[in-house]
This record gives sequence, C-alpha cells and structure tokens, in this order.
Amino acid sequence: MSSITPLIGPESGLISDSKPAALAALESLLSIRSFEEAVDALFARGLMHGTMHLSIGQEASATGVCAALTSTDYITSTHRGHGHCIAKGADITRMMAELLAKQTGYCRGRGGSMHIADAATGNLGANGIVAGGIPIAAGAALAQKMQGKKEVIVSFFGDGATNEGAFHEALNLSAIWDLPVVFVCEDNKYGMSNSTEKSMRVEKISERAAAYGIEGVTVDGNDVDAVFAATRTAVAKARTGGGPTLVEAETYRWKGHSKSDKNLYRSKEEIDEWKAKDPIERFQNLCLTKNIITQAEIDELTARVREVTRGAIKDAMAAPDSNPDELLSGVFKAVS
Amino acid sequence: MTSRIITYAEAIREAIGQAMESDPNVFMLGEDIGIYGGAFGVSGDLFHRFGPERIRDTPISELGIVGAAVGAALVGMKPIVEIQFSDFTAQAMDQIVNQAAKIHFMIGGQLSVPMVLRAPSGSGTGAAAQHSQSLEAWFAHIPGLKVVMPSNARDAKGLLLAAIADPNPVIVLEHKLLYKTSGEVPEEMYMTPIGVPDLVQEGTDLVIVATGVMVSRSIEAAHQLKEHGISASIIDVRTLSPLDMTLINQVVSATGRVLLVQEAPKHVGYMAEIAARIAEGPSWKQLKAPIKRLCGLEIPIPYAPQLEQAAVPQVADIVKHATQLVKEN
Ligand SMILES: Cc1ncc(C[n+]2csc(CCOP(=O)(O)OP(=O)(O)O)c2C)c(N)n1
Ligand SMILES: [Mg+2]
Repeated sequence: MSSITPLIGPESGLISDSKPAALAALESLLSIRSFEEAVDALFARGLMHGTMHLSIGQEASATGVCAALTSTDYITSTHRGHGHCIAKGADITRMMAELLAKQTGYCRGRGGSMHIADAATGNLGANGIVAGGIPIAAGAALAQKMQGKKEVIVSFFGDGATNEGAFHEALNLSAIWDLPVVFVCEDNKYGMSNSTEKSMRVEKISERAAAYGIEGVTVDGNDVDAVFAATRTAVAKARTGGGPTLVEAETYRWKGHSKSDKNLYRSKEEIDEWKAKDPIERFQNLCLTKNIITQAEIDELTARVREVTRGAIKDAMAAPDSNPDELLSGVFKAVS
Repeated sequence: MTSRIITYAEAIREAIGQAMESDPNVFMLGEDIGIYGGAFGVSGDLFHRFGPERIRDTPISELGIVGAAVGAALVGMKPIVEIQFSDFTAQAMDQIVNQAAKIHFMIGGQLSVPMVLRAPSGSGTGAAAQHSQSLEAWFAHIPGLKVVMPSNARDAKGLLLAAIADPNPVIVLEHKLLYKTSGEVPEEMYMTPIGVPDLVQEGTDLVIVATGVMVSRSIEAAHQLKEHGISASIIDVRTLSPLDMTLINQVVSATGRVLLVQEAPKHVGYMAEIAARIAEGPSWKQLKAPIKRLCGLEIPIPYAPQLEQAAVPQVADIVKHATQLVKEN
C-alpha cells in the first residue's frame, strides 16, 4: 500500500501559506512526475505494453483540484488520468500493477491505463472515450442531490473534450438541475495534434460556460495555489446548492499525446518555453521564497517519492499475472 | 396472486410505481415523462404520485440523460431511463455501449451500473424510417448488456421488475403496437426471470420462435394453421441476452421444424444467432427441414400503410411460411 499523504486544502489562504498543505501538495506533484517518468521508462524498455498518455507538465491541476476535495468527494477522470488518480489518493502499487498487467492491479489487468478507477477514494474512473466521463459526473452529482448527501463531483477533461456533444449536454443538465459538480478543463492547448486555435472560436474555454448560464473561470493551470483557490470556491458553491462551475486550467503536456506521437504539430521552442514554466519547480521556488519549506525537506521528499515509485514497480512486478480464468465471470455482477 | 386485465402500458407503469414505492433509490428520467405522461402514455400519472424529482423530465439530450443515469447508478441509485423512441438510442450509444456495458468489467468489478433503459421499438404506427426500427441485435451483440423484449402485459411487468432488481444494465425494448393491448397481470410485485424463454403454446408439427410483436402475430397465425390441420408450438424468446437455448433445443427436437420470426431485417439479425445455435446444438439431427427465417425486408421502414405492412412479417406471411415448411418437408 503506497498512497500519497492526503492533500490538505486550507479553508482560507493558499496552499503555499501552510507548511503541512505545501508538503502534501509537493508530495503529490513529485509522486505524479515520478510515476509518469517511471512508466515512460518501463515502456521504453519494452516492459509495459499498450499505450500511455502521460501528464508530465500538468501535475499542478490534478494536485490543486484534489486539494480542494474531501476524501468522500468523487472525481471522473480521463485517458490522461494517472495524476488525478494519485492526487485523489490511490494506491500507487496497484496502479503500477494494473499497467504491468497484474492480477493485483485496480482492474485485475482488464482495464489498463485508460480505465483505472478506485472506488475507495471516490475515483469513478478514467475513460478511454474523450468526454465520456462528463455526463457520468453529472449523474453522480444528481445522485448526491437526490440522496441528500453533501459530496461534490469533479469531472476532469481536456480542451479537446469540450468540442464533444457529451460536454455540452452534461453542462446543460448540471446547470438546469443545480448539480453539485465542478467541471475542470485541463487546457493543454492540444487534442492530440489539433490546437485549440484551430478547433474553437472562443478565446477561452471558460467562455463556453455562459452558454449554460453558469460561471466559468480561467486559471494558470501550472500554479497549484491558483488552481486550488478557484476549485475551492467552485466546490463550496456546489456543496451549498449553488450549482456547477467550469474551471479552465491552462497548462501544457511535455510529452507526446501518446506513444505514437512524433510531435510534428508543434515546435521544440514551444515545448521548451513551457518546460521553463515547470509547475513543480515553480511551486518549490515559491515555497522556498516564502520560507514555508526548506531545500532539505524538498530533497528528502524527492528521494522518498522515488523510493515509493521503485517499491511500487518492484512489488507490482512480483505480483501474479492477471488471470484469464475469471474473464467470463467478470462481465456481469452476480444477481443476488 | 390476484390478477386483472390491464394494458401493456399500464403493466409497465404499475411495475415502475411499485418499484419506486419499495425502493427510494429507484427513479425515472426521460423526455416528456412528467406532466405530459410520456410520448406513449407509459409514465401517465406517476409524476403526480412521485413528483418531479423522481419522475424527472429532461431536456432533449439522450446522450446526457443516459450518461447521467450511468453516473447515478455507479453511486447507488437505480435509474430507469425512458428513451422516447428506440431509434434515439443512436444518440446515446457511447454511454450505452462504451460506458454502461463495460464499466463493471473494465474496472475489475469494483462498481456496477444497475441501470434500466426502456425504449419503444418497432413499426406499425406510420412514423416511418427514423421512428420505427427494431434495433435489438445492436444491443444483444454487446457483452455487458442484458436485453429483454416483452411480448405481453404480464411479461412487461415481470421483466421490468427483474430488470430493476438486476445489478447490471438492462435494455428493455417495448413494442409500440403492444402498449394498448391487454392481458392478465398479477397485482403483486413479481419477477419474470431474465434468461428464460417462454413456451407460449405446444404443438407437434413445427415450432415458431418469435420476438416482440411477432409473438402475438404468431399466436394468431397458429389459430389459422390449426384450421388447416397444422399444429404449432410457439416460443417467445423474451430475453435475448443472456440466451438460454435449453427450451428452444427441446422443442426443435420434438417438432423437427423451426420457423424463426422477427420484425428486424434478416441480414445479421437476432434470429441468425438462434439459427446458428440450433445448427450447432443437440437438436440439429432431429431437423426434418432446413431452419427457416421470416424477417423484415432489408429496407428502412416506409411511411405509407401498405408499404409499411409489406416491410415486416404479417400474420398471413407467418401462416404461408409455416404451411410451406410443414407441407414441403
Ligand atoms: C470519442 C473519442 N474520439 C477520439 C478519441 C481519440 N483520442 C484520444 S485522446 C484524444 C485527444 C483528446 O484531447 P483533450 O481532450 O484535449 O485531452 P488531452 O489528450 O490533451 O489530455 C483523442 C483524439 C477518443 N479516445 N475518443
Ligand atoms: Mg488537450
């Protein structure tokens, strides 16, 4: 069992104002980066099969958003979902086991990278279908409202997903029913090779909220504090019956879309420009400047996180392979 | 159990009402199911009995509606979605096929999707090509979906209650022409088991295996066949997925002749599966004649009444094909 220290979202002020909150956020940022780099390396060495969508460069949005949620709140995630999963508190060893096709993986090897869910931490699942999770988030939010519960649902999706009908239908339903849901668009400027400039007329994706009569905000998605603060406001509104908000977090993916990407649609300069805005370095520097965390603490945390990733790979590799014998019995839940 | 004669639509409404009374997590969502009472009058007065939260009128938004049902089902609700015409499931196919059907399997069994999707299907109302299809084979082809097609009021209630109790997504394809037909229906709650075909009547010369409205047409055809000295068994497949072949194999063995009747076009239709299973199964040696299919034509359903009737099997067609099958073999 290896999950990050639960993220702490201060009720007022920023994450970088509070030492425990900042340390937890940094652990989340570093854990996501470390996990993604490890997966990339395993893939390169031929030890992992299938395909992967890495979120390197986007760690601040997963971290900032999940810091604004309680452990019983829910998320729906995407094909680029490892970061969301880790930030919501999943067991990194079971994630790694899933990617390594092991019986102990979250999906018993049936789902892989694009389908990890973790019922225990409220992660209703990644999704291989662009925008597929957005209406599902609306429905989970409808259930909270009908059952008189206080839980909020965050739906993560990319910029590309906002051109799908599912996005528009889900926002409309959530708006008319005042559902406790926060729509978080991780705008990394591309849906595969298709840039936002080419694929939509609006300047900011958050403008699309106006079409549904809800609030839309755009934040610097590489700034943990900014993402957290915007989400905290949206979550508080949703929890108290104020309905949904569309939060757009502007960020960038450093790696290719998936394993088939040759980066033909963007320049090296553009990628380097965004690498210079590394959300992790930026958060570390901010915390150092504010004297919230020391360099020694950063070094210690970095080493510890790497150790956790190494341990997860080791434990996952030692686990039994996923078992074809239970395939047929896995399709339906048994009728009681 | 006390029974009375009520319509197919009333039987469905009674099932929903009883399920909602006994389980607060059951609710219904769909287009115009509230005050309007549903495009085919199925939800009727449920809105007045249960209110707008649980008889939830939605915008015209099939993908959103089904997605919302999937999400609600994942976290403990038991949604019953009404899609106004089964043709509009095309709008919602991602949520039905890629999400609802696969989530339980895909995530290693951690969660399930106890959702019911009801949709009126079939032709006969002059609504033409985009409001008259029989799409059961689409759904039956997808692992992870259960598919039922009630052919009478009693099963409409029993199968729906079984679908609501089932922890998996169940597609209930009702037939528009059946909503106003009546039959004896028990007042109490009861379940018609999903996975068990129904032996409607026993005969000796052939077995007619049918789905949906073709079951009542086969019953009428069997009356006429009797006058010509032909005795027909009739099996209502009733639950298309999962399919248990035991009964069909038994009756095919006993009669040696089989006529498969469906409203949908023949090519890659559901009855192709039944034909293949008979051919693969234990009863093939008892066959006295090749397996015969009587299906809809390979055309979009047309508007004009005489064209529409020509598009799908009618009672006279069943009589003709059954007679040929018996007389020529
Ligand atoms: C419905 C659908 N269409 C296309 C794809 C193929 N595909 C997978 S991810 C992706 C890009 C999605 O872009 P975006 O929503 O911006 O997310 P990002 O990959 O940038 O995180 C595409 C085209 C898919 N999986 N599902
Ligand atoms: Mg994108």
